[in-house]
Amino acid sequence: MKFTKDHEWVEVEGDIATVGVTGYAAEQLGDVVFVEVPEVGKTVKQGEGLAVVESVKAASDVYAPVSGEVVEANGQLSDAPETVNAVPEAGGWFAKIKLSNPAELDALMDRTAYEAFLSTL
Amino acid sequence: MRYLPLTPQDRADMLGVIGAESIDELFVDVPAVARRAGVVDLPLHAGELEVEREMLALSRRNRSASEGPFFVGAGAYRHHVPATVDHIIQRSEFLTSYTPYQPEIAQGTLQVLFEFQTQVAALTGMEVANASLYDGSTATAEAVMMATRVTRRGKAVLSGGVHPHYVGTVETLAHAAGVATERLAAAIDAEDAVIAAIDADTACVVVQTPNVFGTATDVTKIAQAAQAAGALLIVVTTEAVSFGLLKSPGEMGADIVVAEGQSIGNGLNYGGPYVGLFACKEKYVRQAPGRLCGETVDADGKRGFVLTLSTREQHIRRDKATSNICTNSGLCALAFSIHMSLLGEKGLRRLALVNHQKAVALRDALAAVPGVEILTPRFFNEFAIRLPVNAAEVVETLAANGVIAGVPFSRLEPGAGLDDVLLVAATETTPDLDITIFAKTLTKVLAR
Amino acid sequence: MSMNTVGRPTRPEVAVNDYIHPTLTGARGLLQDEALIFELDCWDKTGVDLPDAPPADDLGDLVRTAPIGLPGLSEPEAVRHYVRLSQKNHAIDLALYPLGSCTMKHNPRLNEKVARLPGFADIHPLQPQSTVQGAIELMDRLAHWLKTLTGMPAVALSPKAGAHGELCGLLAIRAAHEAAGNGHRKTVLAPTSAHGTNPATAAFCGYTVVEIAQTDDGRVDLADLESKLGDHVAAIMVTNPNTCGLFERDVVEIARLTHAAGAYFYCDGANFNAIVGRVRPGDLGVDAMHINLHKTFSTPHGGGGPGAGPVVLSAALAPFAPTPWVVSRDFGFKLVEEAEGPAAQAFGRMSAFHGQMGMFVRAYAYMLSHGADGLRQVAEDAVLNANYIKARLSDLMSPAFPNGPCMHEALFDDAWLEGTGVTTLDFAKAMIDEGFHPMTMYFPLVVHGAMLIEPTETESKQELDRFITALRALAGAAKGGEVDRFKGAPYHAPLKRLDETLAARKPRLRWKPVAVAPLAAE
Repeated sequence: MKFTKDHEWVEVEGDIATVGVTGYAAEQLGDVVFVEVPEVGKTVKQGEGLAVVESVKAASDVYAPVSGEVVEANGQLSDAPETVNAVPEAGGWFAKIKLSNPAELDALMDRTAYEAFLSTL
Repeated sequence: MRYLPLTPQDRADMLGVIGAESIDELFVDVPAVARRAGVVDLPLHAGELEVEREMLALSRRNRSASEGPFFVGAGAYRHHVPATVDHIIQRSEFLTSYTPYQPEIAQGTLQVLFEFQTQVAALTGMEVANASLYDGSTATAEAVMMATRVTRRGKAVLSGGVHPHYVGTVETLAHAAGVATERLAAAIDAEDAVIAAIDADTACVVVQTPNVFGTATDVTKIAQAAQAAGALLIVVTTEAVSFGLLKSPGEMGADIVVAEGQSIGNGLNYGGPYVGLFACKEKYVRQAPGRLCGETVDADGKRGFVLTLSTREQHIRRDKATSNICTNSGLCALAFSIHMSLLGEKGLRRLALVNHQKAVALRDALAAVPGVEILTPRFFNEFAIRLPVNAAEVVETLAANGVIAGVPFSRLEPGAGLDDVLLVAATETTPDLDITIFAKTLTKVLAR
Repeated sequence: MSMNTVGRPTRPEVAVNDYIHPTLTGARGLLQDEALIFELDCWDKTGVDLPDAPPADDLGDLVRTAPIGLPGLSEPEAVRHYVRLSQKNHAIDLALYPLGSCTMKHNPRLNEKVARLPGFADIHPLQPQSTVQGAIELMDRLAHWLKTLTGMPAVALSPKAGAHGELCGLLAIRAAHEAAGNGHRKTVLAPTSAHGTNPATAAFCGYTVVEIAQTDDGRVDLADLESKLGDHVAAIMVTNPNTCGLFERDVVEIARLTHAAGAYFYCDGANFNAIVGRVRPGDLGVDAMHINLHKTFSTPHGGGGPGAGPVVLSAALAPFAPTPWVVSRDFGFKLVEEAEGPAAQAFGRMSAFHGQMGMFVRAYAYMLSHGADGLRQVAEDAVLNANYIKARLSDLMSPAFPNGPCMHEALFDDAWLEGTGVTTLDFAKAMIDEGFHPMTMYFPLVVHGAMLIEPTETESKQELDRFITALRALAGAAKGGEVDRFKGAPYHAPLKRLDETLAARKPRLRWKPVAVAPLAAE
């Protein structure tokens, strides 16, 4: 699993990247009440808005950690947005992206680096 | 000054606590160039008696609707408002409270909003409604903006029956937001004409029923055509009492319904404040403008109400908000809700029938006036007539003879080539005698 | 002697102070439990007597036949329903309502009385202008007062609230740029501390919002502003006095820099009540500013509206003002409803009619009552009251900007609560138990755990002292470790804290006729 400074995680299997927000982000957001997941077929560039996650008092953009085409969105989040709080780095994933530039992954942090980054916040 | 509790001694004592020599020290951050030493060039303070006298004098130079024959509608309607309504809305707890941001001490306002939203949803035949917007015209503009967000398309088609001032309000906002508008030529009975104007870039079609000429239309086919093309149908109503007689927009397939709610609970007030009703299908609610009140529970599990889905709103979403609206029409919504509760379904249906009956009587009386042609085929409480002469001039002459006759269409849309068209309305407040006087006076004026 | 054998005790018995119990009805003394109107089982009642009317056969299929689903109440039932609900609201008539930025001041009842005169309340926006000369003259006089108080040459009366006024101002700016061939200017600069309506309005007009940084003393960072100004900037939106309750000392320079860059200065006038009668925005270089009549000129807030947001405009923007407007002619007053001839640059119309006449009447009566001298006193007393609160709480709470005076509101952060386990929200909720409405909290966004206190000029020194005493006692309790007093607060309000997460996750936005299970927290 790789991480961004904006607290997204990405896990790659083959050329498909599963994307979500980290446990740290989920805790900072507070109770998630709504997630706007992207439409399947949408192409995103690294760093662009991919999804919106809402708590009662805030709406936060989730940025695409990698470029590519959205091939699947987590439809369960519409009925159970609390999954993002419960299991942010597993069942709380937002979308699966078919990588268009796998080299982008190299610049992302591994878990050790991300945790070191968190300790600076 | 009767509204200012501080005494000179208080002020001196407080400055002492603050550690300031004079009040001027507290304004030290104002640039010297903008500090004004004396009072501005306006009259000095006045007692309650003097102010009331001056306001009364100004008010007496206006001819109120209750003073004699009165047939003006076109977006605002004179109805009887029960005395209870005005009494309740002047209670301190409703009149002098703020937006219910602290729900534990605002359950009164919040429960009213929840009831209001339910009433508006029922009236319009829609799934959900918001806690009000400014008025019908701005609600229409908001609905068009919402449709562009839902469909991600950039054009709105407006029928020739939409109130020209509503069209103007929509065009102002659409122009600013880069949304194209196509408004069809003003026509008495032409809501269906919008169907031909729908294309692949159409976000919404906007139709009005009863329209500005009073024509009531079944918009079912328009809804089907719009939705088949991926567009939303926005239905506008300027006379909320009509919901008591006519099939609701929801039953006819509308996606968004906006209405002017003034007719219920609110006076004419020379144009404002009024109350914009806004209702839509539930699946679109996250794109809706304005406040929403929702049900929840408190820490003890007791039912309560809060403002909810606030992440749509400006104070959280800022430049990505669904609307910039903050202050809405809370007290007017309360007046609407109280009047609606007093009427109930039974009273509303009866009120609507009485309105229609009065308008039919007015039509029959005016149809008998030589030179007058009735233009509106099916109407609720308002219709258009064609005069053999310029309608604006006739209105002025009738006003000089004590009859406030209606609205010349040219006042709403000068360039439409409908200078001989007059819009007239009757409500439960219209005495039969006034209808007779109107017809007789019009006969005399046209005979000259 | 004759004996009283009824046996009514006339002194309280020894009280059992700790006996806390839910009542059998859900009521608590004067506080009634009140169901929704839809739950009162009154589907076939009405509180209005109307004559019979024949069915509308001429309308055929257009007639609504299905049930609508509206309950009806007789008059006594309706009065009781709404009176019971009213008693669950805090109100400025009840106690201090120190919501910063919102200006909850006393609403004079004379204004309510005159607004209900038939000559104002029962006239139609489209009846012949010859029959409403008094109304149009009132609009003209109100315009004169607003222009004189702000030192600006023009005013658009029709905007219906502050945010609508912002929209009006930005649309005039946009029209002016387009007329000058500067339609490419698409950026609006606004400080991070701005009201949410500022960026929302700018975005509504198709503008991109760029934030201006703030200095450590709570003002616009001039260097940052200068670096962001340029040929792409249409306008700046700056609130003055700003949302931190401070006067922008460099406002004249802000205006100069803005104009030098070819942009316009939109001033959010939400806080005009702090300077009315003492400072004219026209003297500061402002091009457009809305005035919330429901704040500065005390038309009632009504639980969320209606308001009114007239916009004063500089000479450069005046030609682009929306229709309608008032002109004075030899034969009387005229409301110009269609822009023609030399006035054809108007950007359009803001709404169907001429604005919030009901608010104009109230605001004008307020102005006449206060006069030029009273309005100046309004600003002075509002500022004095805020500084008094700041002075008397600064030893216990942490003022966000301790140096120098504030204007009409005192801003504190939550640094003083650190380590207590009590948050700004907890503190606010505990204020409810003490009988006060909480201050504005968590706004402006630039101050952590912000508490923005605006007392207004209509509070007496005695009420301020009562408030200060209560806050000092609460602050002492927070610092003294009485966490329970705060965490569960409010204990004495009609309801305990509400579950906003549940409301947002499972939205129930209306009552539904089908039986639904009661909501329960997860």
